[in-house]
Amino acid sequence: MKICVLVKEVPDAAVEKRINASTGRMDRSGEKNLNPYDTHAIEAAMQLREGGLVQVDEIVAVTMGPESAVRALHKAVSLGADRSVHLSDETLAGSDVAATGYALAKALERESPDLVLLGQQSDDGECYTIGAVVADHLRMPSLTQVVKLDVDGDALRLERQAEYGYDTVRVRLPAVISVGDAINEPRYPSLKAIMGAKKKPLETVDAGAVGIDPALVGADGSRVQCGEFKDPPAKAAGQIIEDENTDETVEKIVAWLEERKLI
Amino acid sequence: MSDVLVYVLHYEGAFNKNSLGAVSEGVARAAEVGGACDAVVVGGTDLSDELCRTLGRYGARRVFRAEGPEGLAQPVVDVMDRVIAEHGHRYAIFGGGLLGFEIGAGLAARRQAGVTMEVTAVRADGDELVAERPILGDSKISVSHYRGGLGIIIGRINAFEVRESGSADAEVVDVAVEYSPWSRQAEMVSRGEQRGADVDIEGADVLVAGGRGLGKAEGFELAEALAAAFGGNSAVAATRAVVDAGWYPYAAQIGQTGKTVSPKLYLAAGISGAIQHKVGMQSSENIVAINKDANAPIFEFSDLGIVGDLNKILPKLTEAIRARKAG
Ligand SMILES: Cc1cc2nc3c(=O)[nH]c(=O)nc-3n(C[C@H](O)[C@H](O)[C@H](O)COP(=O)(O)OP(=O)(O)OC[C@H]3O[C@@H](n4cnc5c(N)ncnc54)[C@H](O)[C@@H]3O)c2cc1C
Ligand SMILES: Nc1ncnc2c1ncn2[C@@H]1O[C@H](COP(=O)(O)O)[C@@H](O)[C@H]1O
Repeated sequence: MKICVLVKEVPDAAVEKRINASTGRMDRSGEKNLNPYDTHAIEAAMQLREGGLVQVDEIVAVTMGPESAVRALHKAVSLGADRSVHLSDETLAGSDVAATGYALAKALERESPDLVLLGQQSDDGECYTIGAVVADHLRMPSLTQVVKLDVDGDALRLERQAEYGYDTVRVRLPAVISVGDAINEPRYPSLKAIMGAKKKPLETVDAGAVGIDPALVGADGSRVQCGEFKDPPAKAAGQIIEDENTDETVEKIVAWLEERKLI
Repeated sequence: MSDVLVYVLHYEGAFNKNSLGAVSEGVARAAEVGGACDAVVVGGTDLSDELCRTLGRYGARRVFRAEGPEGLAQPVVDVMDRVIAEHGHRYAIFGGGLLGFEIGAGLAARRQAGVTMEVTAVRADGDELVAERPILGDSKISVSHYRGGLGIIIGRINAFEVRESGSADAEVVDVAVEYSPWSRQAEMVSRGEQRGADVDIEGADVLVAGGRGLGKAEGFELAEALAAAFGGNSAVAATRAVVDAGWYPYAAQIGQTGKTVSPKLYLAAGISGAIQHKVGMQSSENIVAINKDANAPIFEFSDLGIVGDLNKILPKLTEAIRARKAG
């Protein structure tokens, strides 16, 4: 079985994320990292391989993004992927969710994976939906927010929390699965793996190479235009107490609660 | 003509409240752009004529009903694709929740449509609908305009109010759909399993909510002791992270795929304040948060925030409140 894992480079959690006023897109300068949610997808692939119930021949990390996104691929490889594919093209800049999903699906099509794994959300875009878009283009079933994934004969048995409680679903492959962060505890890469990551095969492809229709991607090909940004209604800031002396802190909390007749 | 199509989720013979909110929203906004609002339902025999007609109460004109599997997104994509191809709806609205996200995204791929998720407001701009979505931890609102044939709007949970604006029955139209092969690759084994004890938190005046910051399942003892100290009508609630981890029962979960509450006091301990959690508790009268990370998003919407270690604060707070009650 061949597994493709979608990974994305995102601004580091410590960087304040903001919109660049002149471009209307997210400001992506500053420290970047592999989207933390994607490390759970890589870990899920590794556990399938190590679980021994299916033979995993190859784990391929796939990303779409600017040049700097190779770092996310190196990180993915250090966590266990065997090689990576970098879809990078000027024409893809400014793609909305639907266009991004389409472009990724075209890159994946070329790999013919049996399973596509991805994170539940990107730390910056937070759309939760790339998997469902990719899947329909690939004509594969899709399930998101999966927190348990087991091999069940020639299928997978998945669990996730939905509207009315936990659902268990059996899905025949090929399929696209987005995993929740409760599914596993990602491993740390070994120093050796980090050092070796740059030596693993990395293929860079442009839009034409994977057969992307330029009319369907980029800012012009996107069906959603969101150039306009507003500030939400201002909310009065709450009171903050830094706990230096816990007895005093507790006194302050109790006084605050009493003032509001909550005790 | 700009008609709106809304997917209405149901479970055990009852419609989902967020879906009814989406119908209400669809009806109101369609009227502003000179259209009407129809609904789509997919499921088994519990989707009786009688039940489907009740969607007219919220203003739905027609209900397209297809027989199919429940709780899975792609069969619904097949049905909506078919209905839109035939009837030319301009917008599709979803009330949020897991399935709303999955169906909306799948439909966007299928029909080359634009999609916006986590929408908190929809408004008419000329003869078009635009959608507003808070981004970057709700610090900005991004406004989506749609190009092309279909615009898809996935609401944030509880964003659309349920309004009974209609009086006539909705017309029920059966649609026969041949499901796509990939829709049939997934099969529901069991649905709606309730994990853990059946606790009741919805009526509580005081909720002590615990998150991953409690460290382990046993950490909830701190939350339970504090709730007990408040006495009366108080209970313990939880985040999805700890419910998924098996630390606390699902019935106590607050948020997008859990309960929506508005107690007099919501005291959050070791909770980061993710949007999906916030949507279930933001209308609480008083919000107190204890978190050791001064940058935790929860402080953005707390009335009182304490930056510190809950392991030090909770036991002393419990003791102080107990003493106050006794005194
Ligand atoms: C589609 C979807 C639906 C979702 N639905 C829900 C939902 O219904 N409900 C829900 O809650 N979540 C939901 N989530 C998950 C949500 O995004 C968050 O992942 C989750 O709420 C995080 O839970 P948490 O705050 O317990 O954990 P974390 O985000 O890990 O936060 C733990 C916090 O504890 C603090 N902490 C750690 N140790 C201490 C200490 N000793 N003292 C004080 N503070 C400490 C940390 O600083 C941190 O801020 C959903 C996600 C998605 C994608
Ligand atoms: N540009 C991208 N390249 C590769 N994978 C992506 C990209 N954008 C999103 N993803 C994947 O889709 C998941 C969900 O992202 P999102 O829908 O943006 O919240 C992420 O965890 C990634 O696995």
